[in-house]
Amino acid sequence: MSDRNSNNDNWPLWEVFTQPKSGKPHEHAGSVHAADKEMALQNARDTYARRNEGVSIWVVESKHITASTPEDMGPFFDPANDKPYRHPQFYSVPRAVKKRS
Amino acid sequence: MENQEKLDEFQARIDAGEKIEPKDWMPERYRQQLIRMMSQHAHSEIVGMLPEGNWIERAPSLKRKLVLLAKVQDEAGHGLYLYSATETLGIDRDELVDQYLYGNAKYSSIFNYPTMTYADICAIGWLVDGAAIVNQTMLARSSYGPYSRANVRICKEESFHKKQGYEMIAKMASGTPEQQKMAQDAVNRWWWPSLMMFGPHDSDSPNSAELIKWQVKLKTNDELRQHYVDRMVMEAEAIGLEIPDPDLKYNEETGHWDFGDIPWDEFWDVVKGNGIMNRERMKARRAAHENGEWVREAANAYARKKKLQQEKAS
Repeated sequence: MSDRNSNNDNWPLWEVFTQPKSGKPHEHAGSVHAADKEMALQNARDTYARRNEGVSIWVVESKHITASTPEDMGPFFDPANDKPYRHPQFYSVPRAVKKRS
Repeated sequence: MENQEKLDEFQARIDAGEKIEPKDWMPERYRQQLIRMMSQHAHSEIVGMLPEGNWIERAPSLKRKLVLLAKVQDEAGHGLYLYSATETLGIDRDELVDQYLYGNAKYSSIFNYPTMTYADICAIGWLVDGAAIVNQTMLARSSYGPYSRANVRICKEESFHKKQGYEMIAKMASGTPEQQKMAQDAVNRWWWPSLMMFGPHDSDSPNSAELIKWQVKLKTNDELRQHYVDRMVMEAEAIGLEIPDPDLKYNEETGHWDFGDIPWDEFWDVVKGNGIMNRERMKARRAAHENGEWVREAANAYARKKKLQQEKAS
């Protein structure tokens, strides 16, 4: 990098989540740079919601996000793999009842 | 380390149509190729605001001015989606901008041509955005998740860009004799540069094979170009404009339109920095960045001040 960046103005990175419609969950849209949270919201609106793509926006500084890593994908999600009894298909119901549903 | 086993595993994921996400293992070369390609794409969107911005104040009506403003704002948005996606590869925005303004990063040569009349704005919407859509529709299926998603977003907006351009040039092509002449003149100047937007012939494109192997791209430059020509010939005919290529001819055997030789000398000359507008574009971009320095600093100072006040109050 050149020394032009040394006196930088580096605005932190924020992750943007938009809710497409009320009742729907917020979804990750992308990221923006901004000096503070108000500016992050405004930049997120101008970047990710120019066409009513969102009725609500969340922004969070990227450094505050903790994510699972691909390496522990196996062991981390392991506990869910051997519990078929958490799914309705695990149980049987009388034939007569089944037809009605 | 990049042992063969990991590379094979990676290739198997690609071949199975899986998307690669930022934290997944990827070959260093895949990462570097993506950074190069995605940042080049981002820089192109940003510099692409200049030729069209040139006409915002002189748009022929309030309606056209509003449309052009919205389109230019979209191009800024596209640049930002792409920078955001590129940053997921572990490179800072500042470094990308620095490579572009003061280093040797490239952008699409199409933006080194001047917009001399308002008909150029119409032709750009139709021809240039039309070519961009062909390319980006393919990239929306790219193997790198963030790049693919950025392109999905871009394509949704790009169809408005192309349609407004096609509508305008159609209107001009059915206007007064002067307007018709202007429209045809713009098409004559933008046609060949638009074909060059797909890049060199496959035989002269050293990166293509690798990018296709990794499904970063799904089609070759020549395949995309042919698809574009077939579509544009039809669209030009529908509005009575002529494609400036005497060798253009329908090929019964292939079902495609054959076209003449692309002026590659001009292409390489513009890539090397000798296009009509290269210097002007870089000058304008650098000035915009440097003149914005105080704004970025002031915003930071304001953010710091507010944070201090909050800390004192609590």
